[in-house]
Amino acid sequence: MIVMSKDTMEIVREQDVVPFRNRVREFCTRIGMSLVNQTKLITAASELVRNMLKYANGGEVLLEIVSQNAKTGVRLTFTDQGPGISDIALAMRDGFSTGRSLGLGLPGTKRLVNEFDLKSQPGQGTTVTVIHWKHGR
Amino acid sequence: MNTTAQVLEKNRNRILELWMQNQLSEASLRDDLMTSEELQRQSQDMLDALLRAISKENYGNIYAQEFEQVTDTLRDISITRARQGFSPRETGAYVLSLKKALSEILVEERAEDPTTLYKELIAINNLLDNLSIVTFETFIKGREEVILRQTDEISEISTPVIRVWDGILALPIIGTLDSARTQIVMENLLQEIVNTGSNIAILDISGVPAVDSLVAQHLIKTVSATRLMGAECIISGIRAEIAQTIVHLGIDLSNIKTKASLASALQLAFSMTNLEVRRSEKKLGLNFSR
Repeated sequence: MIVMSKDTMEIVREQDVVPFRNRVREFCTRIGMSLVNQTKLITAASELVRNMLKYANGGEVLLEIVSQNAKTGVRLTFTDQGPGISDIALAMRDGFSTGRSLGLGLPGTKRLVNEFDLKSQPGQGTTVTVIHWKHGR
Repeated sequence: MNTTAQVLEKNRNRILELWMQNQLSEASLRDDLMTSEELQRQSQDMLDALLRAISKENYGNIYAQEFEQVTDTLRDISITRARQGFSPRETGAYVLSLKKALSEILVEERAEDPTTLYKELIAINNLLDNLSIVTFETFIKGREEVILRQTDEISEISTPVIRVWDGILALPIIGTLDSARTQIVMENLLQEIVNTGSNIAILDISGVPAVDSLVAQHLIKTVSATRLMGAECIISGIRAEIAQTIVHLGIDLSNIKTKASLASALQLAFSMTNLEVRRSEKKLGLNFSR
């Protein structure tokens, strides 16, 4: 996979969510992603960034434009130093939440994007990587 | 030999005079925002506090107890200035012009003892640099408070509740829905339902850029609260891409009435209240009957 351009953004408070979403939109339009796919990725990004703020008090996001087998897409890597997730399978289940929310953030995000990867160690933070291709597949 | 503090204390009146001169000669002086008497009084207080503080021979740590009054006065002054609309330069010049006055006095007094003068100048410089950092911190904090207040005001004015028909309210939501904003939206809507005795509310989300699970949760809460008040809620303005995202996310909005546009929501509202909108039949003009 080739990385064509990248940028990082720090997320520390709720006010950072909107500028961050605009940043993701900017990356999407740069590769000419359609509106539906843009909205999917932005919504997924918004879920993950809210999780980061809520459970880990913020973190850092790496935005990249990647290319693989003549496909281009946007890759987002969310890294935080929060408490981590002890049971990933449970966290990925629809309707499960430790924070009294709908419990759709993680499983919903996985359905919204093309590639989804979650790594977490309790006490050592969480890293979520998502990729969405230009044509949504 | 006299200590620095004693030397400065002896010249208190001259320092004040010099300082005032420095401030008044500053091209950026805003006599429209503050009278020179007020400035004189402010400077007097500040100088008194400073001289009292340095009588303990502490020039390094401005967080020590004896400096409490100095930093308090300074914070007071810079926060007032931030609110009054002074520029950073004007606020910064206030402390920095005191540094100039103090240095001038020391140069005069220690003319025959350069070594002491050098040490004293460094100490005074450090002290006033630290004080000007405090000024800036507070000044920026003051400005941030202004911004936060404006943010609050914007979120308040950006959620109008419109009465579109007898018994039908519309609430166009523009921008991101966060917890604080939902609270305001909900309060306004529920209050307006009470005030107008309406039984249908249309929440239009055409202006919401993305609907994630938090926004959806807030919408669902608003709808439930409206129902508890005995009114029915319709969500309109669901664009095609938003509909797809909501489905992928797995949010269940099936027991909420949703429409693509405000117009169709209004039509639904009419049929729910047994109202009908018809084209009126044109009265035949005289020209036709002839």
